[in-house]
Amino acid sequence: MRAADPRYNRNGPYFMSRNDESAKQVSLPALFLVFLKLGLFTIGGGMAMVPQMQQLFAEEYKMLSQEEVIDCIAVSQSLPGVLAINMATFIGRRVRGVRGAVCAAVGVVIPSFVIICLAVLVLDQIGEMKAVQGAFTGVKAAVCGLILVTAFRLGKQILKSPFEWVMMAAALLAAGVFGVNVVWVILGAAVLGIIYTVIAGERRGGGKGASK
Amino acid sequence: MKCLLLFAAFFRTGLFSFGGGLAMLPLIYQTVQEFGFMPPEEFSDLLALSQVTPGAIAVNAATYVGILTAGIPGAASATVGVVLPSFLITLIVVRFLEKFRDSRYVEGAFSGIRPVTIGLIGSAVLFLSEGVLVRGPLISAELFTGGLEYYDLTAVAIMAASVVLMAVLKVKPIRVMLIMAAAGAALGSAGLL
Repeated sequence: MRAADPRYNRNGPYFMSRNDESAKQVSLPALFLVFLKLGLFTIGGGMAMVPQMQQLFAEEYKMLSQEEVIDCIAVSQSLPGVLAINMATFIGRRVRGVRGAVCAAVGVVIPSFVIICLAVLVLDQIGEMKAVQGAFTGVKAAVCGLILVTAFRLGKQILKSPFEWVMMAAALLAAGVFGVNVVWVILGAAVLGIIYTVIAGERRGGGKGASK
Repeated sequence: MKCLLLFAAFFRTGLFSFGGGLAMLPLIYQTVQEFGFMPPEEFSDLLALSQVTPGAIAVNAATYVGILTAGIPGAASATVGVVLPSFLITLIVVRFLEKFRDSRYVEGAFSGIRPVTIGLIGSAVLFLSEGVLVRGPLISAELFTGGLEYYDLTAVAIMAASVVLMAVLKVKPIRVMLIMAAAGAALGSAGLL
């Protein structure tokens, strides 16, 4: 339950609560190293980062709540640019301010940079090797499964009301089957969310969002 | 001079692209053609390399174009260029969101966005599985009519094993990936993957 979560901040969305007492403080070099590792194991695009990100920051370090991880993905997807960089900057900024954002973004970029430079300068033939191709296919297939499990774990936290289930299913259909751009899906969801909150608030004669 | 041009071109690419790495590749192709950074016939190498190597696809592509155009300094210029817009925009937006933390409209918007994000993560699995778990587009008639040939059964087994490892046996995602990389390398050498 949300109410049972000590980090639940009733005054606003999760990503804005700065009073997380159970959260561990992480040093800047440690944050850099975490994102270095995340960058190294992001194979097949930014979304491949999500399972490790969720496991590390929400479950292991408890620096972010499950909702904050979701907010990070949502905001990062709706902004222009590189998804992995957006997510790294978001988390770095949340955990250790602007310096944290720099450490996280630099950390996530370095593996890409070094490996591409090495691939061009030294190891021209490595991509042709059967074992290397097999390893990459293996990781890509594994990533599909890992993201699936992560989606279920996050869904268990987020999806409570019928409204939320319908929104999830609609987004899966729109983006996954009909190929609607993610930005439109998120903008639409924001508008529907506001309308739903206002209507639900009026029905209760108070206003859910305004509860202190 | 070349480095400055690389920086500017990739800054623009980073600023005007939505939807992550794969969606950015056409834009990067346009940029490469426009500025004549590298011969167009090498673009297929860029496509292949930036998708199989670790890291964000767009960063890989920028580094690759940069190093071929102007060596390591070029790679650094292009990479910083493509990363900077993401970094700055995210910082501004996080700050903006923190400022309006008490707004019931922001809270309402996120009450709609959160469930939708779960659906979007699910749809990412659909896209990632194309060419890996199935041998063509996922949303197609072949899914039902193509028979077992349409599926890469070894890859499907790896995916299923990963789900069991992470969900049931509680193995950390990074360990699952290492195990499956080793399994994939072994199967690949044996000609099974």
